[in-house]
Amino acid sequence: MSQPSKLLAEFAVNGEATQVAFDGYKTLLELLREDLGLTGTKHGCELGECGACAVLVDGTPVLSCLVLAQEVIGRAIRTVEGMAEGPTLHPLQDAFADLGAAQCGYCTPGILLTAEALLRDDPAPSREKIRDALAGNLCRCTGYLKIFEAVELAAARQRGETAAPRPETIYGH
Amino acid sequence: MGTDRKDTPVGRWRHDVPTESLRVVRQPLRKVDARSKVTGITRFADDLTLPRMLHMKLLRSTVAHARIVSIDTAAAEAMPGVHGVLLGNVMPNPFGILPVSQDEHALCIEKVRMIGDPVAAVAAVDEQTAWEACRKIAVEYEELTPIHTIHDAAAQPEPRIHDYGVGGNVHRAENLEFGDLAQGFAEADHVREDLFFFEGNTHLPMEQHATLALFDADERLTVWSSTQTPHYLHRALAKVLAPLPACRIRVIACPNGGGFGGKSDPFNHEICAAKMAMITGRPIKICLTREEVFYCHRGRHPVLMKSRIGVDKSGAITALDFESYLDGGSYGSYGVASTFYTGALQTVTYTVQNYHFRGARFFTNKAPCGPKRGHGTPQPRFALEVQLDKIAVDLGLDPADMRMANLAPAESLTANFLRIGSMGLGACIDKVVAGSGWRERRGKLPHGRGLGIACASYLSGAGLPIYWNSMPHSGVQLQLDRSGLVTVFCGSTDIGQGSDSILAYIVAEVLGLDPFDLRIVTSDTDLTPVDLGSYSSRVTVMSGNAAMQAAERAREVLAKAVAEQLEVPVGRLVFAEGRVFDTEDPDRGVSFVEAVVAAESRWGTVGTTGSYRPPKSAARFKGGGVGPSPSYSYTAAVVEVDVDPETGIYTVPKIWVAHDLGRAINAALAVGQVEGSVYMGLGEAMMEEMAYRPSRFGVHKIPSMLEYKSPTTMEMPDVVTYLVEDPDPNGPYGAKEVGQGPLLPIMPAVANAVFDAVGVRVDEVPVTPEKVFAALQAAQSGKSGRFGPTKTPDVEWPAPRRVRTPWQGGTGVEVERESQNEAAGVAGKKGA
Amino acid sequence: MLRLPTFGYHRPQSVDEALRVAKDHGPEASFVAGGTDLYPNMKRRHQRPKQVISLGALGELHHSSGDPGAGMTLGAMMRLSEIEHSPLLREHYPAVAEAASLVSTPLLRNMGTLGGNLLLDTRCNYYDQTHEWRESVNFCMKCDGDTCWVAPSSPRCWAVQSSDSAPLLCAMGAEVTLRSADGGERRLPLGDLYRDDGIAYVAKDPSELMTSVHLPALNGWRASYRKLRRRGTFDFPVLGVGACVWTEGGVITDVKIRIGGAGSWPIAATAAEEMLRGQTANEELVREAAASAYKPARAMDNTDHEARWRKRMAPVFVTRALFDCLGWTAD
Repeated sequence: MSQPSKLLAEFAVNGEATQVAFDGYKTLLELLREDLGLTGTKHGCELGECGACAVLVDGTPVLSCLVLAQEVIGRAIRTVEGMAEGPTLHPLQDAFADLGAAQCGYCTPGILLTAEALLRDDPAPSREKIRDALAGNLCRCTGYLKIFEAVELAAARQRGETAAPRPETIYGH
Repeated sequence: MGTDRKDTPVGRWRHDVPTESLRVVRQPLRKVDARSKVTGITRFADDLTLPRMLHMKLLRSTVAHARIVSIDTAAAEAMPGVHGVLLGNVMPNPFGILPVSQDEHALCIEKVRMIGDPVAAVAAVDEQTAWEACRKIAVEYEELTPIHTIHDAAAQPEPRIHDYGVGGNVHRAENLEFGDLAQGFAEADHVREDLFFFEGNTHLPMEQHATLALFDADERLTVWSSTQTPHYLHRALAKVLAPLPACRIRVIACPNGGGFGGKSDPFNHEICAAKMAMITGRPIKICLTREEVFYCHRGRHPVLMKSRIGVDKSGAITALDFESYLDGGSYGSYGVASTFYTGALQTVTYTVQNYHFRGARFFTNKAPCGPKRGHGTPQPRFALEVQLDKIAVDLGLDPADMRMANLAPAESLTANFLRIGSMGLGACIDKVVAGSGWRERRGKLPHGRGLGIACASYLSGAGLPIYWNSMPHSGVQLQLDRSGLVTVFCGSTDIGQGSDSILAYIVAEVLGLDPFDLRIVTSDTDLTPVDLGSYSSRVTVMSGNAAMQAAERAREVLAKAVAEQLEVPVGRLVFAEGRVFDTEDPDRGVSFVEAVVAAESRWGTVGTTGSYRPPKSAARFKGGGVGPSPSYSYTAAVVEVDVDPETGIYTVPKIWVAHDLGRAINAALAVGQVEGSVYMGLGEAMMEEMAYRPSRFGVHKIPSMLEYKSPTTMEMPDVVTYLVEDPDPNGPYGAKEVGQGPLLPIMPAVANAVFDAVGVRVDEVPVTPEKVFAALQAAQSGKSGRFGPTKTPDVEWPAPRRVRTPWQGGTGVEVERESQNEAAGVAGKKGA
Repeated sequence: MLRLPTFGYHRPQSVDEALRVAKDHGPEASFVAGGTDLYPNMKRRHQRPKQVISLGALGELHHSSGDPGAGMTLGAMMRLSEIEHSPLLREHYPAVAEAASLVSTPLLRNMGTLGGNLLLDTRCNYYDQTHEWRESVNFCMKCDGDTCWVAPSSPRCWAVQSSDSAPLLCAMGAEVTLRSADGGERRLPLGDLYRDDGIAYVAKDPSELMTSVHLPALNGWRASYRKLRRRGTFDFPVLGVGACVWTEGGVITDVKIRIGGAGSWPIAATAAEEMLRGQTANEELVREAAASAYKPARAMDNTDHEARWRKRMAPVFVTRALFDCLGWTAD
């Protein structure tokens, strides 16, 4: 059963300070989805075995299913809902949309945030580096290839290059 | 074709439209819901909440096989926060996906048949309370001997897991013979017999199944669920919740967070949520844990196979005698269809002159098997393609050339009366052979490195509905608003494959619109015409054809109104770029909005419907219902492996795959489907298995994302994808399936590549390092360098249903019926 | 959704405070560092501390000091990803950075800590299961039951030591400092911390806190960690060989080999060590010595991969680790 009394604290999610009453046993995942209504963060196992729940805490990608909400009071939390600026998609979101890198879209939020942290640290990551960075995010639809290519495309666009998808990516060889 | 197939000649589906005249189709456009998917806005079932919602948990059996003696729920009901406790007796009607196996109950009543079978449901204020209340329910079981394997099930008729089926624990046994097997073997220059085993594996969708049920004040039930088959869930709900009429039940399939076949059955948790909502008067949410998803399963059947094959000197198959033994798990699910599928599609890639298929499905006390991507066909495909590889070695032929020399012809009937339309397998083989450097590299790489080839075919939708009837398999309604909005209503369900987008592209192509201007309303049984579901790779072809018909009818209505207004013959009007105009004088035209206004002014509200029913099958024998399809896709793949002979560990650096999909409705999405299929096939080839512990109460060994191994970014090789477009007359713009077929050749190609690399055969899936190592060890010690099964169980087969092949003059019915028909003087009418 | 049970949560601001809280609550309390081991176990209800003491605010456990010439001290709360990416460690203690990089996933390594990895609960696929699953086998010796299902006649628990850093750091002769609430502090070889028991796998009082890990000075040794697992990420080792070789003029003056993932503690391959010690390294000798690692590797059927094959792989992985240490090319 839930605790008799809830905790009250302020969380900084996507740059907005929000005061929320929540159960002390809740992980950041549950806080986001259930107490803040931010259901963009997904869950596939709740044990740290799939990466669907990845969010950024102080810029670092972590598994929100294994972070106690109490532990991140006051820390900067970033979820997929915070990526687009108004109607303008983040370059990663644009590239994922362009290439069909989101099939069912369930692993997508976690991957987008993990990739965002990668591109912040390395604006021109190699394919190997992307592969390594996303090694904690399972995807069952895409076989990852469109995801790798979308990260590369977004990186190029973020570097200010005029980049288009490679023809073989969108038409086959 | 379609409900009006008498007046729709071949070509109705515009497969011969020249590529360059297509404006939307083939383009690598975004999906219509792409922005929702990348912003986290897409609402999956567990993302939904309603005021006053309660959370439900199921108490599941902790024993594999037992009679339920008693269930005491008093302590659970007394717990603060608990609002409802359900037992099976309030839902006595059985259900199941197939009419022939209505063998499930929403909650077990007399027996439990597996660990994980649900016996009680609790709704409470939160999930924790519901979970804790479940722990307070005392269930007394009288344990029965559990049955865990195919061999056990064959050897132990008692205790029976179900009291229906062939007898004992045999659920189904089939025996079909096409042509004259003895003669086929007599004509063979070379005969070999091999045994294969394909371990079961599961879909592992990222999204765990979730359901939200609302029984509203007006006594209408709404169920939102992660289901690929809202129509069949609707039927099951109506059956179990009777007397609540079906017309008061609304099923809304949420976007699925991955399905792959795993959300194609109606599930007990969905029905329990609905019943609980009706009883408590509160909205009910259930989201399964990952472990529970493993218990839902319905994944790949473990199949043991024996294949005896006769070939001539060119490798042409003169006779194939194929036996399959399926481990069905605890319920029927799609299992009868799965059984037939293990024998259906062997004939559509290479000509099989004479064919004998026997298949038996067994009940065991494990999670029920069902349809996973490729449904029933990956296992026999593995067997056939590995066996052909062995034959090529035996005959000294190149495995690619041998396959190429024996392709089943386009526009032909197979030995088992499957009608092949377009057939681009030859082109596919050419592509992967050239791309992989097959001729220069196969057999010539350093020890440890190897290439393997395999081919496959898959259906573009099952030719028959699950409930046999004459109604359409897919329906589309278009509503044309005077604002210019076209709303497409269709029962199809987007499980990530992009079916909503396919509807938009096709309608937009016909009406000359921007697909992103359309509104797509799908998978809502209150609002949308029935589409049977997102299974068997049927949606692009079937709902695509229905959408095309509806759109063309709309086009006709608008064209007539515009023609009158502009005084231009209908035949000269073109729909493009949001306008309707005279092809001879493009300035003379109206906007699409004006066209709708003209039509609405002339005839009132504008709406059209389209529907699709597959062509009638040539296979009219009993058992011929599984396998026919409007069209067949074809795939060829070459896999490269790098084996460490010291450990048996291998990696897959690269895969070349060519897929004949008829026509790509969206090339980018098609490439994505191919890559995703290759990925999933690679997981099956290398590591995925539903492992149980028979000697430890029959528990699932590893029901978790961590220990059920699925490939990560680190295992995924480079994939070179070739789209081969051989348009099929039965598909919209010639399109065939693309979501499942490319999975099929990967497992045998991996096994064949391992052979090329280190000279040993692993006749089992998955091809694990342990097995490669064992085969290498055996070879080193002078034994056969093979790892695989060595025996099949004894099964009492029914007498064969014999059917003469088309080239024997067969008519697609059993020989027995043919002679009866002859006697009645009707045979002549039914020539294929 | 799997959820945590309710528990009391403490977030002390100093090590002293943390130790005090731990002492107050005794065996009911558990420290939590990264949470990547404890929280899944709590969600599955096979660890059930009533009080959880977060080490997250203890900046003092986060720092590293010293230098490779004299030996380095790493704060137990260093994240695995920090170790993996530390330029200093990558240059001077490459095997340590490598072992850290092989733990689970990048996401998890951003959370998991060095101390947490060294104290990782032993693993077993009869134990790392939900309450419901374990109920189906009437639970096991390690939690709530009587039988070790890996070896039902065995009087002991065979859960597996599954830390990637432990075998390596043991082989290297690393030491750890533990502090306790009574003000005591002890520094001991890491190898002495582990016990060959799946349940009582560390010789440490629950209220003792591991504060730091001491890496030996660089003085002519070279270490390596070789990991066997199904996939290139996520997976725990089902065999993890840590080796460290001290050489002087081509002679192996000392060698330590610890086999992880194949027993309840990092197993010393003593026979192999003895065969190599004092010898001039040559390939044949190394292979022969490594072959003797087959016997002590006690792979059992409670992890991924077939147990017999894992055991067969022990000599291969020991060979490869030794080759690494000797600067030879293995596979």
